[in-house]
Amino acid sequence: MTLPKSKSTPESAVEKKPIPWHIVFFLGPALLIYLTFSVYPLLDTLILSLYDEQKGQSSFVGLQNFITLISDDNWSSAFWNALANNFQFFIIHMLVQNPIGLLLAVLLSSPKLRFSGSYRTFIFMPTMLSVVIIGFVWQLLLSPIWGISENFLYHLGLDHYFDAWLGKESSALITLSFISVWQFVGIPMMLIYATLLNIPDDIVDASVVDGANPMQTFWYIKLPLILPTIAMVSILTFVANFNAFELIYAVKGALAGPNFSTDLMGTFFYRTFFGFQLQEGSATMGAAVATLMFLIILVGIMLFLFFVQRRIQRFQF
Amino acid sequence: MMISAFKNFNLGRSVPKSVAIHGVLMAYTVIALFPILVVIINAFKERRAIFRDPLAMPTMDSFTLVGFEQVLLRSDFGLYSWNSLVVTLLAVGLVLLLGAMAAWALTEYKFRTNLLITFLFAMGIMIPIRLGTVSILRLMVDLNLVNTLTALVLVYIAQGLPLAVYILSEFIRTIPKELKEAARCDAVSEYKIFFCIILPLLKPAMATVAVFTMIPIWNDLWFPLILAPGEETRTITLGVQQFVGQYVTDWNSVLSALTMAIVPVLVLYTIFSRQLIRGLTSGAVK
Repeated sequence: MTLPKSKSTPESAVEKKPIPWHIVFFLGPALLIYLTFSVYPLLDTLILSLYDEQKGQSSFVGLQNFITLISDDNWSSAFWNALANNFQFFIIHMLVQNPIGLLLAVLLSSPKLRFSGSYRTFIFMPTMLSVVIIGFVWQLLLSPIWGISENFLYHLGLDHYFDAWLGKESSALITLSFISVWQFVGIPMMLIYATLLNIPDDIVDASVVDGANPMQTFWYIKLPLILPTIAMVSILTFVANFNAFELIYAVKGALAGPNFSTDLMGTFFYRTFFGFQLQEGSATMGAAVATLMFLIILVGIMLFLFFVQRRIQRFQF
Repeated sequence: MMISAFKNFNLGRSVPKSVAIHGVLMAYTVIALFPILVVIINAFKERRAIFRDPLAMPTMDSFTLVGFEQVLLRSDFGLYSWNSLVVTLLAVGLVLLLGAMAAWALTEYKFRTNLLITFLFAMGIMIPIRLGTVSILRLMVDLNLVNTLTALVLVYIAQGLPLAVYILSEFIRTIPKELKEAARCDAVSEYKIFFCIILPLLKPAMATVAVFTMIPIWNDLWFPLILAPGEETRTITLGVQQFVGQYVTDWNSVLSALTMAIVPVLVLYTIFSRQLIRGLTSGAVK
């Protein structure tokens, strides 16, 4: 009885484990592609941001690129402008997109609502289309040449408020933010709607039996249960906004006009890397901008994980 | 009984409320659809009609297809669509296959680097692959892949894998152990267990992953612009962007180009919207 046991233990300890070929087979291809085209480029970018390249000569410069970005006369104003614009872009999304998404989700989930499937499908439709297409569509609609928006406001008696919003320095960024909000309102709506559907009926029924009115039921029962989803929607919005590029590029071009008033980190990154007008593109400065974007997104995710997530009570169904 | 009585009571009281709910939802539906419809309607109208009455439907008088003719004449729309289709299908197909294999390995087998690799993939869900663009471009130059569809497919696989691995892993965990154990008792190989037993079971989750992977790839402008801007490898999104930029004053052409980019997506969306919404609401992505 003891023989096989005592024999096998030292043997397996001495013998080298055979390579688990089946694991290599299953995991290898995905890991290889992911490491080569996602993890390695990201790490390489972080390292590249510490170098300077002049005429093919690469030299280590430490944090000099970052210092240039945030304090050099030629760079800092453009950088801070893009960063401030990006925060404005994000705040408009948080204040407009997510509350509207929440409202629509709550309405959609009202019991025995007819046509809820159709509403859902239609409201989500713009989200499916390319940001580039949406940008062009709104550029046409807001064009003073075509005059659709002006006419529309005329019928509401508000036509004197009409302006070439996309062309004005003071209003272009806000207008673009609203276009983006219009397109992506479907995402918070869907995610919050899904969470609302998953709230068990007995909890809601119990509150009704206890005499809560619909508002109370929403504030004290449903809202706490959808807070984790709202937190997740916020972080998704944050990452997407600090990564935005296409809308600005499609509507305003890489120069993010007028006078850089619609410049975001994404367009700033693109110009830094590829160059524009008289300024030559620089891979190392581009890498430095990308690294800063990476840090901003990382800090956002950390804040989300450590503060928001921890404070949210987790309800187990 | 009590509860249903309460519910009926509530429902009876809230007829005006339900009108208000429908009012708000309908108003927002109009806001969501109106801009798209205006563009599509006007693509079929003559230039003068576009400006005279933008909201009118095309009539016998104003109907024209001149915009579409111009688009097809001046740009290679067929090629762009084909490129987009090839890139999207190859990338999504490989994300599904490789993602499922990786998810299986990470959930089924214990090995030393398992946690590290799982964490690496999880990071990719949140960290946008675009941030590595500088190095991706250099890599593609070194590999001689600039202006090839292969470059796009490879990048999109890397972009799609993290979410695919995450969703599929969650799904694989719900598959009962008995299935695999019974197969192992019968000395079925690990490869056969995966490809003949597990993979067919993953179909519903794979449909969800396919939708989430497909949309960003089809709509992407960034990587086609940077890795494959050449005429031969242009995708539809880049093609439309360049075309509209070039012929911005030709309203018929611009409206038609946008319509040609919008309509196929809307048709596909209408067909698959139930699948998509089920995927979103099943809680697969949380």
